[in-house]
This record gives sequence, C-alpha cells and structure tokens, in this order.
Amino acid sequence: MTETPGQLLIVDDNKVNRLLLSRNVELLGHHATVAENGRVAMEMLSRQSFDLVLLDIEMPEMDGFQVLEAIKSNTELRDLPVIVTSSVEGLDNVVRCIELGAEDYLPKPVNKTLLGARVSSGLEKKRLRDEQKRLLERFATTEVAQDLQESGFAIGGKRANASVLFCDIRSFTKLSEDLAPEETIDLLNTFYTLMFEAVSSNGGIVSLMLGDGLMALFGVPQPLPNSAQSAVTAGQEMHSMIEVLNLERQAEGKSDLKIGVGIATGEVVAGYAGTDNRATYTCIGSTVNLAARLESETQKTGSRILVDQETCDLLNGTPVLETYGNTTIKGFSEPFDIHAL
Amino acid sequence: MSDKPILDHQIFTELKDATGEDFAAELVNTFLEEAPGMIGDLKDALAASDADGYRRAAHSIKSNAHTFGATALAELAKKMELGALPAADDLSDATQLEAALTKAGTALRSLIDD
Repeated sequence: MTETPGQLLIVDDNKVNRLLLSRNVELLGHHATVAENGRVAMEMLSRQSFDLVLLDIEMPEMDGFQVLEAIKSNTELRDLPVIVTSSVEGLDNVVRCIELGAEDYLPKPVNKTLLGARVSSGLEKKRLRDEQKRLLERFATTEVAQDLQESGFAIGGKRANASVLFCDIRSFTKLSEDLAPEETIDLLNTFYTLMFEAVSSNGGIVSLMLGDGLMALFGVPQPLPNSAQSAVTAGQEMHSMIEVLNLERQAEGKSDLKIGVGIATGEVVAGYAGTDNRATYTCIGSTVNLAARLESETQKTGSRILVDQETCDLLNGTPVLETYGNTTIKGFSEPFDIHAL
Repeated sequence: MSDKPILDHQIFTELKDATGEDFAAELVNTFLEEAPGMIGDLKDALAASDADGYRRAAHSIKSNAHTFGATALAELAKKMELGALPAADDLSDATQLEAALTKAGTALRSLIDD
C-alpha cells in the first residue's frame, strides 16, 4: 500500500505494549511517538501535531476515557482520529469509547493486518478533514469558520431568528456597458470590499454574492443581541461608504453609484447546504424572499433602505422616513406595511 | 490451578512472523524485565487496599500475557482483574500469579534462546 506516512501517537502505560505497537506502526510505514499515560499524551498533543492516536484505556493518572473526553472537547484536537486499542473487559467499555468519539476499537493483542486497515482509514479521514479545513479558511468568513470549528462540519440546517439584508447596485448592467471589462471588475471589487466591511463590522456574514449584489445574514451562525439593528446599521454604513466613493468618482468625472438595501427579520432555516465537496452557509425561508423583494422595491419607491415591520419594531431610535401601508409584494398573498429608513 | 497451557506456541510464532525474530526476543526480554515491577505494583495495591491499582496491574499482566500466548498466566490475571480485591493480607492470588509468571517466563526464555 502506498500512502503518505502518518505521525501517530501511541498512548499506553505498559512498556511491552508501547514497543509492540510502535514496531507494528513502523512496519506499516508510519512514524510512532509514545506517551506512557494520558497526561503526558495531552501535553504532547498540545505541543506537536499528530495525524492519529492509538489509545489505551487502563492507565494511571489520566485514563483513556478522560483522554478521549479532553480531545473531543478541544476545538483544536476534535478532528484528530482516535483508535482505542485495549484489552479492557466488558462490551459497555467499548461502547463508551465509541460514544466518546473514538473512531474505532481494536482489541489487544492487536492484529497487525487489522491495525493497518484501521490506521489507513483513520489517516484518510484526517486528510479529508484537513483538506476541508484548508478550503474553508480560504472561502468562508472567520465567523463561519469558527462556527464550523465549534459545531463540526455537517450539511444540514437549523431554525433561527435572523435578519437578512440584500444590497444591489442600481442599473449596474447599463453602467457597465460604458466600461471596459477591467474597469467593471475593478468597480465590483471596490464595491464588494466596502460592502463586506459594512457587513462584518456589524457582526454579519456575507452568504451570497450575486453579480452586482449580495446577501448578508445577521444573527446566524453567531447570535447577535439585536440582529435587526445590526443589519440596519450595516445598511446605513453601506450608503455612507458609497457616498464617499461617489465623491472620489465625481473628482474623476465619473457617474454616481446608487445602491438599494432591503432588510427583513424573522425565522429562517440556516445551515450548510451543498455537497460534501462544496457547500455554503446559507439561509432560506420567506424572510429571505421578503428581503430580496424589499430590495427590488427600493427602485420603485426611490428609498435608500426598506425594512419590514418586524425589523422596524426592533429598532432603537432609527427614524422612519416613510411608511408604505398595505403594499403588495410579489410572491406574498397578504399586503405588508413597509418602512423606508 | 488452571488447566490452560503455559504457552500457546502458535501465538508466539505469529508474533515472531509479524514483527521479526529479533524484535520478538527483545520484546520477551522487556516483558521479563518489567514483570517483577508489575507483580510489585499488584502487591503494593493489595497492601494499600487500592482496588483500582490492583485491577490495573492485573490488567497489564493479562494484556502482555495475551501478546506472548502465555495462556495460563493470562487466564489467571483476567480472573484477578475481574474479581473482587482480596483482603490486604491475602496473598494467595498474588503468589499464584507470580508462580504462573515464572513458568511462562521460563517457557518464553527457552523459545528465544533457541
């Protein structure tokens, strides 16, 4: 079998077992480091990086169960595969290891062929998890990466209360017709840099980028004290930033950029959607649809920011410029009161 | 006394085949060096009425005995691991285990000296 050698940590209080496991691991083409009890193992894990742990259960000072608990509750170490190798008596002890997060259980004396297969599979899992982490660090915001670290990666959603913000450059298609392709991309990059800044400085995350617009979430995955207020503040900062940008553009004799912002608050289903290879943190639900509709509604009303009733109710002190009562919104059967800020 | 064989030769042969003859011999020597310490731990735990220490020492001896195919020793150690802690002055199990260890040690030594 050709595979990259792994760095294995063997934790066993018995010298004969340590020697024998090290020998087997080295014969399989991997590197072995040994620790004579759980406490020593945890110290080594905090100093050095390993790919897999072979863990004994019965040990003085800190036993295998305690080591498993310590590894699985540590966000830095939780993805490290642990294979329990023990001659501990009783099926309940084996079950306990698996429940505590052990990858596998191998009874002692360990069969070399079986050990080889389990180690290969554990190392492969570790490699995939590392790869996933590297990809995430490149594509996800710090908040999402943190959420993943804490909750573990799983495709799937949860219900949460959140505020959804849509922001779009008005008549960008028309604007870009007069621009060279490089200028269009430059303009978009400037736009995104400013908008990302407004979103993340208010605790939100950008979940989607759509050509000349974006969707941002406030209150998921990280809860915020007042997601509606954070979203509205972000929306206002977006407008201030665009105003500053327009001053620069005017100096260069360029036309003004105009943006519209729509914000809605309510229950959403948020989570990682996609496949194991490519997934994004996103939100769905009628709150999302409403925010998108409110954003397009700004073109009709000429408002800077339009918010729904629920967002408006949660604001502390932001003045409402105008209320459009009983507005019919496409896709919603009941008319809404919407508010311009 | 157990009717189990002192040494299961097949297990020891498999160990030699899997890890190499020299390594297996080295491992036996390590075991024979470590074993008196493990018996010592067991007796200390018994004298101190330390049930955990007693179980752990018996467990360690059992684990190693299985590795070398020292079946009788493993059986005895397993019985002590799972059994109740004897009275502090009751050395009968410990003495029996020590005797089984001596026999297993002699058998193992004769195999590696060949």
